[in-house]
Amino acid sequence: MNFKNYEELALEFPSRINFLLGLNGSGKTNLLEAIYYLSTTKSFSNSSDTQNIRYGADYFFIRGFFTNTNKRSEVFCQIQSGRKKVFQENSRDYEKISDHIGKYPVVLISPLDVDLVKESSEARRKFFDQMIAQIDHSYLNALLEYHHALKQRNALLKLFAENNSIDYDIIDLYDQQMARSGGVIYQKRKAFVAEFLPIFNASYNLLVDNREEATLAYASELESAEFEAGLKSSIKKDLILQRTTFGVHRDDYVFGFAHGELKRLGSQGQQKSFLVAIKLAQVEVIKSHLGFSPILLLDDIFDKLDDTRIARLLRIISGADYGQSFITDAGPERTQAMVNELEIDCDIFSVEKGSIQFSSIK
Amino acid sequence: MDYPSKLIEEAVAQISKLPGIGKKTALRLVLHLIREKEESTFALTEALNKLRSGIQFCSQCHNISDAEVCSICVSHKRDRSTVCVVENTNDVMAIENTSQYRGLYHVLGGVISPINGIGPSELKIESLLNRLNHGQSEVKELILALSPTMEGDTTSFYIHRRIKDFPVKVSVIARGIPVGGDLEYADEITLGRSIIGRTLFN
Repeated sequence: MNFKNYEELALEFPSRINFLLGLNGSGKTNLLEAIYYLSTTKSFSNSSDTQNIRYGADYFFIRGFFTNTNKRSEVFCQIQSGRKKVFQENSRDYEKISDHIGKYPVVLISPLDVDLVKESSEARRKFFDQMIAQIDHSYLNALLEYHHALKQRNALLKLFAENNSIDYDIIDLYDQQMARSGGVIYQKRKAFVAEFLPIFNASYNLLVDNREEATLAYASELESAEFEAGLKSSIKKDLILQRTTFGVHRDDYVFGFAHGELKRLGSQGQQKSFLVAIKLAQVEVIKSHLGFSPILLLDDIFDKLDDTRIARLLRIISGADYGQSFITDAGPERTQAMVNELEIDCDIFSVEKGSIQFSSIK
Repeated sequence: MDYPSKLIEEAVAQISKLPGIGKKTALRLVLHLIREKEESTFALTEALNKLRSGIQFCSQCHNISDAEVCSICVSHKRDRSTVCVVENTNDVMAIENTSQYRGLYHVLGGVISPINGIGPSELKIESLLNRLNHGQSEVKELILALSPTMEGDTTSFYIHRRIKDFPVKVSVIARGIPVGGDLEYADEITLGRSIIGRTLFN
Protein backbone atom coordinates (compact mmCIF):
# COMPACT_ATOMS: atom_id res chain seq x y z
CA MET A 1 0.00 0.00 0.00
CA ASN A 2 1.47 3.34 -1.13
CA PHE A 3 4.87 1.78 -1.66
CA LYS A 4 6.83 3.52 -4.42
CA ASN A 5 4.59 3.55 -7.50
CA TYR A 6 2.00 1.11 -6.08
CA GLU A 7 -1.15 2.55 -4.62
CA GLU A 8 -2.57 -0.75 -3.55
CA LEU A 9 -1.69 -4.23 -4.62
CA ALA A 10 -2.14 -7.76 -3.34
CA LEU A 11 -0.42 -10.71 -4.96
CA GLU A 12 0.18 -14.35 -4.31
CA PHE A 13 3.23 -16.25 -5.47
CA PRO A 14 2.57 -19.96 -5.11
CA SER A 15 5.20 -20.92 -7.69
CA ARG A 16 8.86 -21.28 -7.10
CA ILE A 17 9.95 -19.30 -10.15
CA ASN A 18 8.26 -15.97 -10.80
CA PHE A 19 8.93 -13.70 -13.73
CA LEU A 20 7.98 -10.04 -13.59
CA LEU A 21 7.91 -8.57 -17.06
CA GLY A 22 7.29 -5.01 -18.06
CA LEU A 23 8.72 -1.86 -19.56
CA ASN A 24 11.28 0.36 -17.89
CA GLY A 25 9.75 2.38 -15.08
CA SER A 26 6.70 0.13 -14.74
CA GLY A 27 7.60 -0.96 -11.21
CA LYS A 28 9.23 -4.38 -11.56
CA THR A 29 12.15 -3.55 -9.32
CA ASN A 30 9.84 -1.89 -6.80
CA LEU A 31 8.15 -5.23 -6.27
CA LEU A 32 11.48 -6.90 -5.60
CA GLU A 33 12.25 -4.07 -3.25
CA ALA A 34 9.06 -4.70 -1.27
CA ILE A 35 10.17 -8.30 -0.72
CA TYR A 36 13.66 -7.09 0.14
CA TYR A 37 12.16 -4.70 2.69
CA LEU A 38 10.33 -7.46 4.52
CA SER A 39 13.54 -9.44 4.73
CA THR A 40 16.11 -6.80 5.57
CA THR A 41 13.93 -4.00 7.04
CA LYS A 42 15.41 -1.56 4.55
CA SER A 43 15.43 -0.53 0.94
CA PHE A 44 18.27 -1.42 -1.41
CA SER A 45 18.09 1.81 -3.38
CA ASN A 46 17.03 4.53 -0.92
CA SER A 47 18.82 5.11 2.33
CA SER A 48 15.84 6.94 3.81
CA ASP A 49 12.68 4.97 4.58
CA THR A 50 10.31 7.83 3.82
CA GLN A 51 11.64 8.21 0.29
CA ASN A 52 9.84 4.98 -0.55
CA ILE A 53 6.42 6.44 0.17
CA ARG A 54 4.31 6.89 -2.96
CA TYR A 55 4.31 10.46 -4.21
CA GLY A 56 1.49 12.38 -2.57
CA ALA A 57 0.88 9.88 0.24
CA ASP A 58 2.25 10.17 3.78
CA TYR A 59 2.75 6.51 4.65
CA PHE A 60 3.31 3.10 3.13
CA PHE A 61 2.98 -0.40 4.43
CA ILE A 62 4.02 -3.82 3.18
CA ARG A 63 2.59 -7.01 4.53
CA GLY A 64 4.01 -10.35 3.51
CA PHE A 65 3.21 -13.96 4.31
CA PHE A 66 6.13 -16.37 4.27
CA THR A 67 5.65 -20.09 4.21
CA ASN A 68 8.47 -22.39 5.16
CA THR A 69 7.84 -26.11 5.62
CA ASN A 70 4.22 -25.68 6.67
CA LYS A 71 4.95 -22.78 8.98
CA ARG A 72 3.30 -19.58 7.85
CA SER A 73 4.32 -16.24 9.28
CA GLU A 74 3.34 -12.69 8.65
CA VAL A 75 5.79 -9.83 8.37
CA PHE A 76 4.54 -6.28 8.44
CA CYS A 77 6.35 -3.02 7.88
CA GLN A 78 4.89 0.46 8.01
CA ILE A 79 6.59 3.78 7.48
CA GLN A 80 4.86 7.04 8.15
CA SER A 81 6.65 10.34 7.86
CA GLY A 82 7.43 11.75 11.28
CA ARG A 83 6.62 8.47 13.04
CA LYS A 84 8.69 5.57 14.24
CA LYS A 85 9.09 2.67 11.86
CA VAL A 86 6.73 -0.19 12.62
CA PHE A 87 8.09 -3.65 12.02
CA GLN A 88 6.26 -6.74 13.20
CA GLU A 89 6.41 -10.48 12.90
CA ASN A 90 3.06 -12.20 13.44
CA SER A 91 1.65 -8.90 14.76
CA ARG A 92 4.32 -8.58 17.41
CA ASP A 93 6.83 -5.74 17.63
CA TYR A 94 10.51 -6.44 17.79
CA GLU A 95 12.55 -5.32 20.77
CA LYS A 96 15.21 -4.33 18.29
CA ILE A 97 14.20 -4.17 14.64
CA SER A 98 17.64 -5.48 13.70
CA ASP A 99 16.70 -8.79 15.37
CA HIS A 100 14.55 -9.46 12.31
CA ILE A 101 17.44 -9.46 9.87
CA GLY A 102 18.43 -12.94 8.79
CA LYS A 103 15.17 -14.66 9.72
CA TYR A 104 13.74 -14.50 6.21
CA PRO A 105 16.92 -14.23 4.17
CA VAL A 106 16.99 -12.95 0.61
CA VAL A 107 19.85 -12.72 -1.84
CA LEU A 108 19.60 -9.92 -4.35
CA ILE A 109 21.34 -9.98 -7.71
CA SER A 110 21.05 -6.54 -9.25
CA PRO A 111 22.83 -4.11 -11.56
CA LEU A 112 24.04 -2.34 -8.41
CA ASP A 113 26.25 -5.34 -7.62
CA VAL A 114 28.86 -4.01 -9.97
CA ASP A 115 29.81 -1.57 -7.20
CA LEU A 116 31.35 -4.58 -5.49
CA VAL A 117 33.92 -4.76 -8.27
CA LYS A 118 34.28 -1.08 -9.06
CA GLU A 119 34.10 0.60 -5.68
CA SER A 120 36.77 0.76 -2.98
CA SER A 121 37.65 -2.14 -0.70
CA GLU A 122 35.08 -0.88 1.79
CA ALA A 123 32.20 -2.20 -0.33
CA ARG A 124 33.80 -5.66 -0.51
CA ARG A 125 34.57 -5.76 3.21
CA LYS A 126 30.97 -4.79 3.97
CA PHE A 127 29.62 -7.56 1.73
CA PHE A 128 31.79 -10.26 3.28
CA ASP A 129 31.34 -8.90 6.80
CA GLN A 130 27.59 -9.24 6.43
CA MET A 131 27.96 -12.80 5.22
CA ILE A 132 30.32 -13.82 8.00
CA ALA A 133 28.26 -12.06 10.68
CA GLN A 134 25.21 -13.96 9.49
CA ILE A 135 26.79 -17.30 10.31
CA ASP A 136 28.92 -16.22 13.28
CA HIS A 137 27.57 -13.86 15.94
CA SER A 138 30.88 -13.42 17.75
CA TYR A 139 32.28 -11.97 14.53
CA LEU A 140 29.95 -9.00 14.77
CA ASN A 141 31.03 -8.32 18.35
CA ALA A 142 34.68 -8.40 17.32
CA LEU A 143 33.91 -5.99 14.48
CA LEU A 144 32.11 -3.54 16.75
CA GLU A 145 34.89 -3.69 19.32
CA TYR A 146 37.56 -3.22 16.68
CA HIS A 147 35.90 -0.22 15.09
CA HIS A 148 35.32 1.37 18.46
CA ALA A 149 38.99 1.02 19.39
CA LEU A 150 40.00 2.24 15.92
CA LYS A 151 37.84 5.35 16.24
CA GLN A 152 39.32 6.10 19.67
CA ARG A 153 42.85 5.57 18.40
CA ASN A 154 42.29 7.88 15.42
CA ALA A 155 40.75 10.54 17.67
CA LEU A 156 43.73 10.16 19.99
CA LEU A 157 46.16 10.74 17.12
CA LYS A 158 44.32 13.99 16.33
CA LEU A 159 44.37 14.96 20.00
CA PHE A 160 48.14 14.40 20.12
CA ALA A 161 48.59 16.66 17.10
CA GLU A 162 46.44 19.40 18.67
CA ASN A 163 48.18 19.24 22.05
CA ASN A 164 51.59 18.71 20.53
CA SER A 165 52.35 15.88 22.94
CA ILE A 166 52.41 12.11 22.65
CA ASP A 167 51.53 9.59 25.34
CA TYR A 168 52.74 6.16 24.24
CA ASP A 169 51.15 4.41 27.24
CA ILE A 170 47.64 5.20 26.07
CA ILE A 171 48.28 4.48 22.41
CA ASP A 172 49.64 1.12 23.53
CA LEU A 173 46.33 0.26 25.19
CA TYR A 174 44.38 0.96 22.03
CA ASP A 175 46.92 -1.09 20.08
CA GLN A 176 46.24 -4.01 22.40
CA GLN A 177 42.47 -3.64 22.02
CA MET A 178 42.75 -3.48 18.24
CA ALA A 179 45.10 -6.44 18.16
CA ARG A 180 42.74 -8.51 20.28
CA SER A 181 39.56 -7.96 18.27
CA GLY A 182 41.40 -7.44 14.97
CA GLY A 183 43.20 -10.76 15.41
CA VAL A 184 39.85 -12.50 15.73
CA ILE A 185 38.54 -10.70 12.64
CA TYR A 186 41.60 -11.67 10.61
CA GLN A 187 41.35 -15.34 11.55
CA LYS A 188 37.64 -15.49 10.83
CA ARG A 189 37.91 -13.70 7.50
CA LYS A 190 40.71 -15.98 6.43
CA ALA A 191 38.84 -19.11 7.47
CA PHE A 192 35.70 -17.89 5.74
CA VAL A 193 37.42 -17.23 2.42
CA ALA A 194 39.02 -20.67 2.55
CA GLU A 195 35.57 -22.14 3.02
CA PHE A 196 33.91 -19.85 0.48
CA LEU A 197 36.38 -20.32 -2.36
CA PRO A 198 35.44 -23.88 -3.40
CA ILE A 199 31.74 -22.99 -3.20
CA PHE A 200 32.35 -19.95 -5.35
CA ASN A 201 34.41 -21.92 -7.88
CA ALA A 202 31.66 -24.48 -8.16
CA SER A 203 29.03 -21.78 -8.80
CA TYR A 204 31.26 -20.07 -11.31
CA ASN A 205 31.92 -23.27 -13.23
CA LEU A 206 28.23 -24.07 -13.38
CA LEU A 207 27.62 -20.65 -14.81
CA VAL A 208 30.44 -20.38 -17.35
CA ASP A 209 31.31 -23.99 -18.06
CA ASN A 210 34.95 -24.15 -17.04
CA ARG A 211 36.20 -22.17 -19.97
CA GLU A 212 37.30 -19.35 -17.78
CA GLU A 213 38.96 -19.32 -14.45
CA ALA A 214 38.04 -17.04 -11.55
CA THR A 215 39.93 -16.33 -8.37
CA LEU A 216 39.05 -14.68 -5.13
CA ALA A 217 41.74 -13.91 -2.60
CA TYR A 218 41.77 -12.38 0.85
CA ALA A 219 44.41 -9.66 1.13
CA SER A 220 45.41 -8.44 4.55
CA GLU A 221 48.43 -6.66 5.96
CA LEU A 222 48.24 -9.22 8.73
CA GLU A 223 49.62 -11.80 6.30
CA SER A 224 53.07 -10.30 6.66
CA ALA A 225 53.10 -8.75 10.11
CA GLU A 226 51.92 -9.53 13.61
CA PHE A 227 49.17 -7.11 14.68
CA GLU A 228 50.74 -5.14 17.51
CA ALA A 229 54.13 -5.07 15.80
CA GLY A 230 52.44 -3.76 12.66
CA LEU A 231 50.76 -0.96 14.58
CA LYS A 232 54.03 -0.10 16.32
CA SER A 233 55.99 0.07 13.11
CA SER A 234 53.49 2.40 11.45
CA ILE A 235 53.14 4.77 14.41
CA LYS A 236 55.38 7.47 12.92
CA LYS A 237 53.26 7.57 9.78
CA ASP A 238 50.07 7.43 11.85
CA LEU A 239 51.09 10.44 13.91
CA ILE A 240 51.69 12.50 10.79
CA LEU A 241 48.53 11.41 8.97
CA GLN A 242 46.48 11.42 12.21
CA ARG A 243 44.89 8.11 11.38
CA THR A 244 45.70 4.44 11.75
CA THR A 245 47.39 3.04 8.64
CA PHE A 246 47.70 -0.58 9.65
CA GLY A 247 45.02 -3.12 10.44
CA VAL A 248 42.11 -5.22 9.25
CA HIS A 249 40.12 -2.08 8.36
CA ARG A 250 42.38 -1.97 5.31
CA ASP A 251 41.76 -5.56 4.23
CA ASP A 252 40.55 -6.29 0.74
CA TYR A 253 39.16 -9.18 -1.26
CA VAL A 254 40.81 -9.37 -4.66
CA PHE A 255 38.66 -10.56 -7.53
CA GLY A 256 40.56 -11.93 -10.48
CA PHE A 257 40.25 -14.13 -13.52
CA ALA A 258 42.61 -15.83 -15.94
CA HIS A 259 43.82 -12.57 -17.48
CA GLY A 260 44.42 -10.65 -14.28
CA GLU A 261 42.46 -8.34 -12.06
CA LEU A 262 38.73 -8.29 -12.72
CA LYS A 263 38.35 -4.62 -11.85
CA ARG A 264 40.76 -3.42 -14.51
CA LEU A 265 40.70 -6.11 -17.18
CA GLY A 266 37.33 -7.80 -16.96
CA SER A 267 34.63 -6.96 -19.49
CA GLN A 268 31.22 -5.92 -18.17
CA GLY A 269 29.91 -9.38 -18.98
CA GLN A 270 32.78 -11.07 -17.17
CA GLN A 271 32.28 -8.86 -14.13
CA LYS A 272 28.60 -9.64 -14.16
CA SER A 273 29.19 -13.41 -14.37
CA PHE A 274 31.66 -13.19 -11.53
CA LEU A 275 29.18 -11.31 -9.34
CA VAL A 276 26.32 -13.66 -10.12
CA ALA A 277 28.59 -16.55 -9.12
CA ILE A 278 29.45 -14.81 -5.84
CA LYS A 279 25.77 -14.35 -5.08
CA LEU A 280 25.00 -17.96 -5.93
CA ALA A 281 27.79 -18.97 -3.56
CA GLN A 282 26.19 -16.74 -0.94
CA VAL A 283 22.96 -18.67 -1.43
CA GLU A 284 24.89 -21.88 -0.75
CA VAL A 285 26.47 -20.44 2.41
CA ILE A 286 23.08 -19.37 3.78
CA LYS A 287 21.58 -22.69 2.80
CA SER A 288 24.22 -24.76 4.56
CA HIS A 289 23.96 -22.56 7.62
CA LEU A 290 20.18 -22.23 7.99
CA GLY A 291 19.12 -25.50 6.43
CA PHE A 292 16.83 -23.76 3.93
CA SER A 293 17.31 -21.75 0.81
CA PRO A 294 16.95 -17.96 0.80
CA ILE A 295 14.60 -16.14 -1.56
CA LEU A 296 16.46 -15.07 -4.66
CA LEU A 297 15.73 -11.69 -6.22
CA LEU A 298 17.14 -11.25 -9.71
CA ASP A 299 16.84 -7.71 -10.97
CA ASP A 300 17.57 -7.13 -14.63
CA ILE A 301 20.14 -9.91 -14.84
CA PHE A 302 19.52 -10.43 -18.53
CA ASP A 303 21.36 -7.26 -19.15
CA LYS A 304 25.00 -7.95 -20.04
CA LEU A 305 24.84 -11.74 -19.73
CA ASP A 306 24.87 -13.78 -22.91
CA ASP A 307 22.08 -16.24 -23.71
CA THR A 308 24.09 -19.33 -22.80
CA ARG A 309 24.88 -17.97 -19.38
CA ILE A 310 21.31 -16.86 -18.78
CA ALA A 311 20.11 -20.32 -19.70
CA ARG A 312 22.63 -21.85 -17.32
CA LEU A 313 21.63 -19.46 -14.54
CA LEU A 314 17.95 -20.26 -15.01
CA ARG A 315 18.75 -23.98 -14.91
CA ILE A 316 20.69 -23.55 -11.69
CA ILE A 317 18.00 -21.59 -9.89
CA SER A 318 15.20 -23.85 -11.03
CA GLY A 319 17.08 -26.79 -9.54
CA ALA A 320 15.29 -28.68 -6.81
CA ASP A 321 17.59 -27.43 -4.05
CA TYR A 322 16.89 -23.75 -4.76
CA GLY A 323 14.25 -21.67 -3.03
CA GLN A 324 11.79 -19.22 -4.47
CA SER A 325 13.01 -16.80 -7.13
CA PHE A 326 11.70 -13.51 -8.46
CA ILE A 327 13.11 -12.39 -11.77
CA THR A 328 12.52 -9.09 -13.57
CA ASP A 329 13.04 -8.50 -17.27
CA ALA A 330 12.20 -5.69 -19.65
CA GLY A 331 12.10 -7.97 -22.68
CA PRO A 332 9.01 -10.20 -22.46
CA GLU A 333 9.63 -12.06 -25.74
CA ARG A 334 13.15 -13.05 -24.77
CA THR A 335 11.99 -14.43 -21.42
CA GLN A 336 9.06 -16.27 -22.95
CA ALA A 337 11.31 -17.88 -25.53
CA MET A 338 13.86 -18.88 -22.90
CA VAL A 339 11.20 -20.31 -20.60
CA ASN A 340 9.72 -22.34 -23.45
CA GLU A 341 13.07 -23.66 -24.51
CA LEU A 342 14.18 -24.66 -21.03
CA GLU A 343 10.73 -25.93 -20.04
CA ILE A 344 10.81 -24.19 -16.67
CA ASP A 345 7.74 -24.34 -14.47
CA CYS A 346 6.98 -20.78 -13.55
CA ASP A 347 4.44 -18.00 -13.16
CA ILE A 348 4.70 -14.96 -15.35
CA PHE A 349 3.36 -11.59 -14.29
CA SER A 350 3.16 -8.55 -16.46
CA VAL A 351 3.82 -5.26 -14.75
CA GLU A 352 2.30 -2.03 -16.00
CA LYS A 353 2.42 1.35 -14.26
CA GLY A 354 1.61 0.35 -10.72
CA SER A 355 -0.53 -2.69 -11.46
CA ILE A 356 0.39 -6.29 -11.99
CA GLN A 357 -1.49 -8.87 -14.01
CA PHE A 358 -0.99 -12.56 -13.72
CA SER A 359 -0.42 -13.47 -17.33
CA SER A 360 0.41 -17.12 -17.67
CA ILE A 361 1.56 -20.30 -16.07
CA LYS A 362 4.12 -22.19 -17.93
CA MET B 1 9.10 25.55 16.38
CA ASP B 2 7.99 29.17 16.22
CA TYR B 3 8.05 31.05 19.52
CA PRO B 4 5.95 34.14 20.19
CA SER B 5 8.95 35.95 21.65
CA LYS B 6 12.69 36.12 20.97
CA LEU B 7 13.27 36.10 24.75
CA ILE B 8 11.47 32.80 25.12
CA GLU B 9 13.42 31.34 22.22
CA GLU B 10 16.71 32.30 23.87
CA ALA B 11 15.71 30.90 27.26
CA VAL B 12 14.57 27.64 25.65
CA ALA B 13 17.83 27.38 23.72
CA GLN B 14 19.83 27.76 26.95
CA ILE B 15 17.77 25.38 29.07
CA SER B 16 17.57 22.68 26.43
CA LYS B 17 21.37 22.46 26.50
CA LEU B 18 21.06 20.73 29.88
CA PRO B 19 21.30 16.94 29.91
CA GLY B 20 17.98 15.10 29.70
CA ILE B 21 16.04 18.21 28.68
CA GLY B 22 14.68 18.62 25.18
CA LYS B 23 13.07 21.62 23.52
CA LYS B 24 9.54 20.75 24.69
CA THR B 25 10.49 20.30 28.34
CA ALA B 26 12.54 23.49 28.18
CA LEU B 27 9.54 25.41 26.87
CA ARG B 28 7.36 24.03 29.64
CA LEU B 29 9.91 25.16 32.24
CA VAL B 30 10.18 28.61 30.69
CA LEU B 31 6.41 29.13 30.61
CA HIS B 32 6.21 27.90 34.18
CA LEU B 33 8.80 30.47 35.29
CA ILE B 34 6.86 33.26 33.58
CA ARG B 35 3.64 32.22 35.30
CA GLU B 36 5.26 32.07 38.74
CA LYS B 37 6.15 35.11 40.86
CA GLU B 38 9.11 37.13 39.69
CA GLU B 39 10.99 36.42 42.93
CA SER B 40 11.13 32.72 42.35
CA THR B 41 12.93 33.20 39.02
CA PHE B 42 15.40 35.59 40.60
CA ALA B 43 15.95 33.16 43.47
CA LEU B 44 16.79 30.52 40.87
CA THR B 45 19.21 32.71 38.92
CA GLU B 46 20.87 33.85 42.12
CA ALA B 47 21.33 30.28 43.29
CA LEU B 48 22.87 29.40 39.94
CA ASN B 49 25.17 32.42 40.02
CA LYS B 50 26.33 31.62 43.53
CA LEU B 51 26.80 27.99 42.57
CA ARG B 52 28.96 28.89 39.62
CA SER B 53 31.15 31.49 41.31
CA GLY B 54 31.35 29.81 44.70
CA ILE B 55 31.88 26.19 43.77
CA GLN B 56 35.25 24.72 44.64
CA PHE B 57 36.96 21.46 44.01
CA CYS B 58 38.92 19.74 46.74
CA SER B 59 42.62 20.26 46.13
CA GLN B 60 43.33 16.64 47.05
CA CYS B 61 40.56 14.45 45.65
CA HIS B 62 38.94 16.96 43.22
CA ASN B 63 35.49 16.25 44.55
CA ILE B 64 33.07 19.17 44.76
CA SER B 65 33.64 20.97 48.03
CA ASP B 66 32.75 24.06 50.03
CA ALA B 67 36.30 24.46 51.28
CA GLU B 68 39.79 24.10 49.84
CA VAL B 69 39.95 20.55 51.16
CA CYS B 70 36.71 18.58 51.25
CA SER B 71 35.04 17.17 54.35
CA ILE B 72 36.00 13.60 53.47
CA CYS B 73 39.67 14.40 52.96
CA VAL B 74 39.96 16.32 56.27
CA SER B 75 38.01 13.78 58.32
CA HIS B 76 39.98 11.87 60.98
CA LYS B 77 37.50 9.04 60.86
CA ARG B 78 38.42 8.04 57.31
CA ASP B 79 40.93 5.34 56.48
CA ARG B 80 43.74 7.23 54.78
CA SER B 81 45.46 4.11 53.42
CA THR B 82 42.77 3.42 50.82
CA VAL B 83 41.88 5.58 47.84
CA CYS B 84 38.93 4.85 45.60
CA VAL B 85 39.27 6.16 42.03
CA VAL B 86 35.96 7.27 40.50
CA GLU B 87 34.79 9.12 37.43
CA ASN B 88 32.56 11.84 38.91
CA THR B 89 31.01 13.35 42.02
CA ASN B 90 27.87 11.26 41.37
CA ASP B 91 29.95 8.15 41.92
CA VAL B 92 31.31 9.45 45.23
CA MET B 93 27.76 10.09 46.39
CA ALA B 94 26.64 6.64 45.24
CA ILE B 95 29.48 4.90 47.09
CA GLU B 96 28.98 7.07 50.20
CA ASN B 97 25.33 6.00 50.25
CA THR B 98 26.36 2.36 50.53
CA SER B 99 28.00 3.11 53.95
CA GLN B 100 30.42 0.32 53.08
CA TYR B 101 33.47 2.42 52.40
CA ARG B 102 35.53 4.38 54.91
CA GLY B 103 38.51 5.36 52.75
CA LEU B 104 39.29 8.42 50.64
CA TYR B 105 38.42 9.19 47.03
CA HIS B 106 40.02 10.48 43.90
CA VAL B 107 37.70 12.01 41.31
CA LEU B 108 39.11 11.83 37.77
CA GLY B 109 36.52 14.08 36.18
CA GLY B 110 35.73 11.62 33.37
CA VAL B 111 37.14 8.62 31.56
CA ILE B 112 39.56 8.50 28.66
CA SER B 113 37.67 8.86 25.38
CA PRO B 114 39.55 10.65 22.61
CA ILE B 115 36.37 10.69 20.47
CA ASN B 116 34.95 13.12 23.03
CA GLY B 117 38.20 15.04 23.21
CA ILE B 118 39.28 13.50 26.50
CA GLY B 119 42.81 12.18 26.60
CA PRO B 120 44.72 11.20 29.77
CA SER B 121 45.97 14.76 30.23
CA GLU B 122 42.41 16.08 30.48
CA LEU B 123 41.83 13.98 33.61
CA LYS B 124 43.23 14.22 37.15
CA ILE B 125 45.63 11.36 36.62
CA GLU B 126 48.90 13.22 37.21
CA SER B 127 47.47 14.49 40.47
CA LEU B 128 46.70 10.89 41.48
CA LEU B 129 50.31 9.94 40.76
CA ASN B 130 51.48 12.87 42.89
CA ARG B 131 49.29 11.68 45.73
CA LEU B 132 50.93 8.26 45.60
CA ASN B 133 54.40 9.58 44.93
CA HIS B 134 54.36 11.94 47.85
CA GLY B 135 57.25 11.16 50.23
CA GLN B 136 55.11 10.18 53.23
CA SER B 137 52.21 8.78 51.19
CA GLU B 138 50.06 6.61 53.42
CA VAL B 139 48.17 5.03 50.52
CA LYS B 140 48.43 1.24 50.51
CA GLU B 141 45.51 0.31 48.30
CA LEU B 142 43.94 1.88 45.25
CA ILE B 143 40.44 0.76 44.32
CA LEU B 144 39.51 1.34 40.68
CA ALA B 145 35.76 1.95 40.63
CA LEU B 146 35.09 3.02 37.03
CA SER B 147 32.15 2.06 34.83
CA PRO B 148 32.57 -1.36 33.17
CA THR B 149 32.55 0.15 29.69
CA MET B 150 35.31 0.07 27.10
CA GLU B 151 36.28 3.62 28.10
CA GLY B 152 36.20 2.81 31.81
CA ASP B 153 38.33 -0.27 31.27
CA THR B 154 40.80 1.63 29.11
CA THR B 155 41.14 4.24 31.85
CA SER B 156 41.69 1.53 34.50
CA PHE B 157 44.36 -0.13 32.37
CA TYR B 158 46.02 3.21 31.79
CA ILE B 159 46.14 4.08 35.50
CA HIS B 160 47.40 0.63 36.33
CA ARG B 161 50.15 1.00 33.78
CA ARG B 162 51.23 4.36 35.17
CA ILE B 163 51.34 3.22 38.81
CA LYS B 164 52.70 -0.27 38.41
CA ASP B 165 56.05 0.75 39.96
CA PHE B 166 54.49 2.26 43.09
CA PRO B 167 54.33 0.07 46.20
CA VAL B 168 50.55 0.10 46.26
CA LYS B 169 48.00 -2.66 45.92
CA VAL B 170 45.56 -2.11 43.04
CA SER B 171 42.11 -3.63 43.16
CA VAL B 172 39.05 -3.23 40.97
CA ILE B 173 35.40 -3.37 42.03
CA ALA B 174 33.70 -6.71 41.35
CA ARG B 175 31.39 -7.03 38.41
CA GLY B 176 28.61 -9.54 38.20
CA ILE B 177 25.00 -10.28 38.98
CA PRO B 178 23.00 -7.51 40.67
CA VAL B 179 21.52 -8.37 44.06
CA GLY B 180 17.88 -9.38 43.74
CA GLY B 181 18.40 -9.91 39.98
CA ASP B 182 17.37 -12.93 38.05
CA LEU B 183 20.18 -15.12 36.77
CA GLU B 184 18.48 -16.04 33.51
CA TYR B 185 18.03 -12.39 32.56
CA ALA B 186 21.69 -11.49 33.01
CA ASP B 187 23.54 -10.92 29.74
CA GLU B 188 26.17 -13.45 28.71
CA ILE B 189 29.16 -11.19 29.31
CA THR B 190 28.10 -10.21 32.83
CA LEU B 191 27.21 -13.78 33.74
CA GLY B 192 30.46 -15.06 32.23
CA ARG B 193 32.50 -12.55 34.21
CA SER B 194 30.69 -13.35 37.42
CA ILE B 195 31.53 -17.03 36.96
CA ILE B 196 35.19 -16.22 36.37
CA GLY B 197 35.25 -13.76 39.29
CA ARG B 198 33.34 -16.01 41.71
CA THR B 199 34.16 -15.65 45.42
CA LEU B 200 34.55 -18.21 48.18
CA PHE B 201 31.29 -18.93 49.96
CA ASN B 202 31.30 -18.02 53.63
